[in-house]
Amino acid sequence: MFRSMLFLPGNTPKMLINANYFGADAVIFDLEDAVSPAEKDAARILVANILRDLDFCRCTKIVRINAIDTDDWKLDLDRILPRQPDLIMLPKASQPQDVLLLDEYLLAAERHSGRSPGIIALIETALGIENAYLIASASERVRALFLGAEDLAATLRCKRTKSGQEIAYARQRLVNAARAAGIDVYDTPFTDVNDDAGLSEDTAYAKSLGFTGKAAISPRQLQIINRVFSPSPDEIQYAQEVMEAIALAKEQGRGVVALRGRMIDAPVAAQAQQVLDAANRQGIKTEVLV
Amino acid sequence: MEIKKAAFAGTTDSCDVLVEISPSNSGLEITLESTVEAQFGEAILDTVRAILRENNIDRAALHIQDHGAFDCVLRARLEAAILRGRGAF
Amino acid sequence: MSSKVVSSLREAIQKVGLRDGMTISFHHHLRNGDYVLNLVMEEIAALGIRDLTVNASSLFDIHIPLCEHIRSQTVTRLQTNYMSSGIGAIISQGILKAPVQFRTHGGRARDIALGHTPIDVAFIAAPTSDPMGNLTGKTGKSACGSLGYAYPDAIYAKKVIVITDHLVPYPLQGWSIPEIYVDYVVTVDAIGNPNGIISGTTQLTRDPVALVMAGYAAQVIENSGLLRDGFSFQTGAGGASVAAAKYLKDIMLQKNIRGSFGLGGITGYMVDMLQAGCFQSLMDVQCFDLKAAESIRSDPRHQEISALQYAAPGCRSAAVDSLDVVILGATEIDTEFNVNVHTDSNGYIIGGSGGHSDAAACAKLCMIIAPMFRTRRPIILDHVTCISTPGRDVDVLVTQGGIAVNPKNEALRQRLADAGLPVVDIHELKEKTERITGVPKIPPKGSRPVAEVISRDGALLDSIFEVPAR
Repeated sequence: MFRSMLFLPGNTPKMLINANYFGADAVIFDLEDAVSPAEKDAARILVANILRDLDFCRCTKIVRINAIDTDDWKLDLDRILPRQPDLIMLPKASQPQDVLLLDEYLLAAERHSGRSPGIIALIETALGIENAYLIASASERVRALFLGAEDLAATLRCKRTKSGQEIAYARQRLVNAARAAGIDVYDTPFTDVNDDAGLSEDTAYAKSLGFTGKAAISPRQLQIINRVFSPSPDEIQYAQEVMEAIALAKEQGRGVVALRGRMIDAPVAAQAQQVLDAANRQGIKTEVLV
Repeated sequence: MEIKKAAFAGTTDSCDVLVEISPSNSGLEITLESTVEAQFGEAILDTVRAILRENNIDRAALHIQDHGAFDCVLRARLEAAILRGRGAF
Repeated sequence: MSSKVVSSLREAIQKVGLRDGMTISFHHHLRNGDYVLNLVMEEIAALGIRDLTVNASSLFDIHIPLCEHIRSQTVTRLQTNYMSSGIGAIISQGILKAPVQFRTHGGRARDIALGHTPIDVAFIAAPTSDPMGNLTGKTGKSACGSLGYAYPDAIYAKKVIVITDHLVPYPLQGWSIPEIYVDYVVTVDAIGNPNGIISGTTQLTRDPVALVMAGYAAQVIENSGLLRDGFSFQTGAGGASVAAAKYLKDIMLQKNIRGSFGLGGITGYMVDMLQAGCFQSLMDVQCFDLKAAESIRSDPRHQEISALQYAAPGCRSAAVDSLDVVILGATEIDTEFNVNVHTDSNGYIIGGSGGHSDAAACAKLCMIIAPMFRTRRPIILDHVTCISTPGRDVDVLVTQGGIAVNPKNEALRQRLADAGLPVVDIHELKEKTERITGVPKIPPKGSRPVAEVISRDGALLDSIFEVPAR
């Protein structure tokens, strides 16, 4: 679970060599839209080498492979999987079968190396939006949904705007589907890299809808995205109290947990744990005292 | 392994290296231009020779234009150029 | 007399009695838009005068024609504080017999004042002057703002010639340098190209690595214990340094901190900090952009200071003595925290100390911002190619991959670590970088020295050697 994920063009060494230092919680090595067809072969070799030889202690490593309806995706995986990326981003995920196809390939690879990555399903087609829950629950391996609004707007035949009314339904549907399936969900990037105020607004809106985090297309967007999706001191405080209340109740043999007049059930507890994990990830020390 | 046709990989962008490989009849000819010649010229040539050895290539002409690429980037570009030069994708 | 204006530059040079073997001087406030140095040298060469020492506070690529005068022996010695890379590369090939003397901005001013580097004729490019030589840099079509580096020349040179493209009636209002120092005034069509003199607006860098480092730099300052009311600050003009000023402003506004003064080398970002109330005044020895020039013209809180008041060691006091934090750059740094700003890793001259060593020596906290590597070249070495600023004056190195604190400052290291900043030992940072870049071969130095680096206390700090032509 991360606040921000940064797209990096898979064939541009200058960006890749600093991937670990931009401040993103996750980096997406992009073999798909950022790489021209003639360079797909070179890009996958480059990304594989970068994954093998450079240090990524600070970031989750995601690779966006080419779509399932191309010849490239298997070649991408053959090169990338031995380098142990954390997650594979599946573009244009439109139906659960897309996930299953990828899942099968990953399973076969897992038998060789004993480890295999999770999947982030990138939903950027009308059909994908319709099938969101089915995609989210198609496999244990699916860890998150991710909205790709630029391509989606094209399939919806509408114009993409900063205020985002045209994707309001898509956003909420994806959040709903992801949470129903018990997984994370990430918001589409804000494409005007010079509009900090617009980015801030868009990111705050995404957070208010329940998104886990947001994608960035430029490192300069990370500060704002990270700030918005970082738990506030109040949220951290509350999360600590929740976990303390649960621990106390357990110690006292009580089945029902209440805090500030509110019932603490499993979803609330899970959210509290996520907040504490996020805080810890950012180096904020949290302590659950009993 | 044979280099069947001239091929190249990489770019002249900063932190990248442009590798051009072509068939040769007279063993290995390697020419290098690098912005970090003094610091890494030898290391670059070592890597180039090692990759050629690993791929069993003993006849080829290579022209390398380096703008300060890391070793892993150089290796990637070499591999891609060789793959393309083999006539395989 | 009612006017010191003479009919030509040639006449002025003849009237002051310039002879073979003398020392002439120039300030660098017209930066890479300066026409004056080249104009003066052309006249001097045409007059057949030879074997001169040129004391120029800095040299830019526009001054490359000077190399011709060196080859023809019109000029045989050079004293400067900074040389940009184009002209530096030529000097590095050894066209001068005697090594260039590099000083710091403060050191140059002090040595002129004390007569260690006496100047026979100072040529002062003046964006505005009256016929008696009251002059300023704040107005005129070639305005440059502060003329800080021209003061020692004007005050202590035996003869002073003012060259202007904007002559106003006597007396000029709001002069910087008064007529009492001036011998002759010459008018020309243009003393420089406005586009080269001052950059339009200093843009915030788009380089993401620079922005990451700037963020860390601001956090280091925030947690240094020095950021409180009365805080004073200087930063460089490089991308990350300027961005750090912006981030620092945000922190100061958030925490309601009223600083005392900003110093430099002033860009529009420092002016923003003044206008936002982060500082009570700016002490300005040089304006880098239009916003700074406009501010010094119109805001009484934005004050011009001489190079002496800026940084001269051995003065009763200088502004750098009161400085809390300075942010500086580096081409290289070594594990003893020695910093190189004179050469690149191949030994070519690409800069010079400017005010670097002065500020580093005096500020309570000296922070170097530099990336771990520039393309494949690692920045942290066992030994820098040239020592510009000694490690004892450097407190912190900020890179995108970690922050190294000079072991002499354990208290600072602890504070930063407690604040959750990525503090790392400099040797570890070097090794981490070399794991990525590989270990570089160190190119051998040439045998003939082409320049001497003179520290602000007058000692020979290091030598720069010839780089043979390839």
